Amino acid sequence: MKAALPDPTDENPNAAEPTGIAEAEEPVIRVAGLVKRFGDRAVLDGVNLEVAPGETMVVMGASGCGKSTLLGHMIGTLWPDEGHVELFGQNISQLTEEQLDNTRKRFGILFQSGALFNSMTVGENVALPLRAHTDLDADTIDIIVRIKLEMVALREAIDLMPADISGGMKKRAGLARAIALEPEILFYDEPSAGLDPVTSAEIDQLMMDLSRKLGVTSVVVTHEMDSAFRIADRMAMLDLGRMLKVGTRKQFEEIRDSWSGDDETTDLIRQFLRGDPTGPITDRRLSSGYEEDILGAAGLE
Amino acid sequence: MAAADRQRNRVEAVGATALCAVRYAGGMALLLADVLRWTVLGIFSSKVEFRRRELAHQIRRVGIRSIGVVVLVQLFIGVILALQMTPPLEPWGQVDKVANIIGVAGFRMLGPIITAVVLSGFAGASIAAEIGTMVVAEEIDALVAIALNPVRYLVVPRVLATFIVTLLLTVLADLMIGAGGYLTSLLLGPASYEGYWQRMQQQLLYRDFVTGLIQAGVFGLLISIIACYEGLNVRGGAEGVGRATTMTVVYSIVAIIAAACLFTMIFYIFEL
Repeated sequence: MKAALPDPTDENPNAAEPTGIAEAEEPVIRVAGLVKRFGDRAVLDGVNLEVAPGETMVVMGASGCGKSTLLGHMIGTLWPDEGHVELFGQNISQLTEEQLDNTRKRFGILFQSGALFNSMTVGENVALPLRAHTDLDADTIDIIVRIKLEMVALREAIDLMPADISGGMKKRAGLARAIALEPEILFYDEPSAGLDPVTSAEIDQLMMDLSRKLGVTSVVVTHEMDSAFRIADRMAMLDLGRMLKVGTRKQFEEIRDSWSGDDETTDLIRQFLRGDPTGPITDRRLSSGYEEDILGAAGLE
Repeated sequence: MAAADRQRNRVEAVGATALCAVRYAGGMALLLADVLRWTVLGIFSSKVEFRRRELAHQIRRVGIRSIGVVVLVQLFIGVILALQMTPPLEPWGQVDKVANIIGVAGFRMLGPIITAVVLSGFAGASIAAEIGTMVVAEEIDALVAIALNPVRYLVVPRVLATFIVTLLLTVLADLMIGAGGYLTSLLLGPASYEGYWQRMQQQLLYRDFVTGLIQAGVFGLLISIIACYEGLNVRGGAEGVGRATTMTVVYSIVAIIAAACLFTMIFYIFEL
């Protein structure tokens, strides 16, 4: 059963629940104690996150903070060193290949570049999951493809090749492919990256429309703050592989609009949300090992 | 202290290189095992679709483009062999044995090897570049995300196509080497090469042809597995694709020659 979606325009969509997740509902995504190391570096260090049915969760953080790695674990292209990821109540690390494929059919992904198959037309791209995973005849698939493309306002591009369409169109086509099998969860990897403000707003609107029309749970990885505050029901902030805060959009708006003077974590989140050039994030970059580096380079260690 | 550090660094470098080599070989062995598993499942299981159309498409793509070059190169090889062998055989009155030499050398070794080297450029480089570009463009992740196994969907048709094409082109190559030698015999004077084809036929045994084909099949597998492995492991955008393409050709040629050497030893020991 899908949860009633909080209205993104509501002043306080989750006022009764400080963390925003409805306790009565079992989360469709649960990330528990996730640790991922590349070499000696822990890219994710004990990350926890729960996403309730029907909500739009925005995961944000600076470049290199581990957002895409977290997404990779959620969609089963990366595997944790410690901890686990549950989708629909199942630990995806323990699924067989066939079970994992069946789980994958229940979610769709919009990749940062759109990730359309360049050897196929836009229509063939959208048709691919239908041809691979359903017994539908060619005419029915063609009708569904046109419906999906119409939902993303791209029906006229059905016969075009990916190389012949713009970046924004590629993302919309990628979205049409992601919803081809009518998924229960949609993952978005940097959906606004590289787009002009108007196209970016169009993509945001499209994501919100699809969320309402299809009632899907959405997880959006982004560092575009305008987009994040437009689409989020709840937000999660990652920093250096650790989850700093998970809360409602309202809570993050309050941090953004408040004066400084809280604890360092809040200051750090505020700097990120506002895009301030000075604050804990930049202080950390400037101060870490600077003197040692300079002295070391001069042979004065 | 510094000398000890340098010594340790060298040992570590050797160890790291050895580990890399083992990891590379292991990765390719696993990929080959995966290809065999999906091929068997595709043929015998109704649950797994065997992508016949894609296989046919890849055979056309890899094979047809290579035919012209294989014909040309192998004709030249035949001509070169004939011209190189004539002078040393002439003083002994054995010029007619050129046909025998061309037959054995062509069918047993040069046909498969030269065909495989040509294909490492045509098929190997193109497969590595194609799959590598798909990795960079997140198309492989997209395949996984829509529950389509990249090995089943992309690698199996390319490996089988390269395997089949290498076999077919090797048969053509054998004939072209023979034809090159024959054309040279015509140019040098038909009298000295009388009965060229009959002598080649007398010399060649069925096993010469079969051992050549066995090698060709293995060369085809090596080229395609190396190409797919390099393509799937591309890192670092366009530069990574370029590196994968280059390394595919380099590793393929080294692997082909090494495998040919191994086969020759085995055939020698077992008198095949």
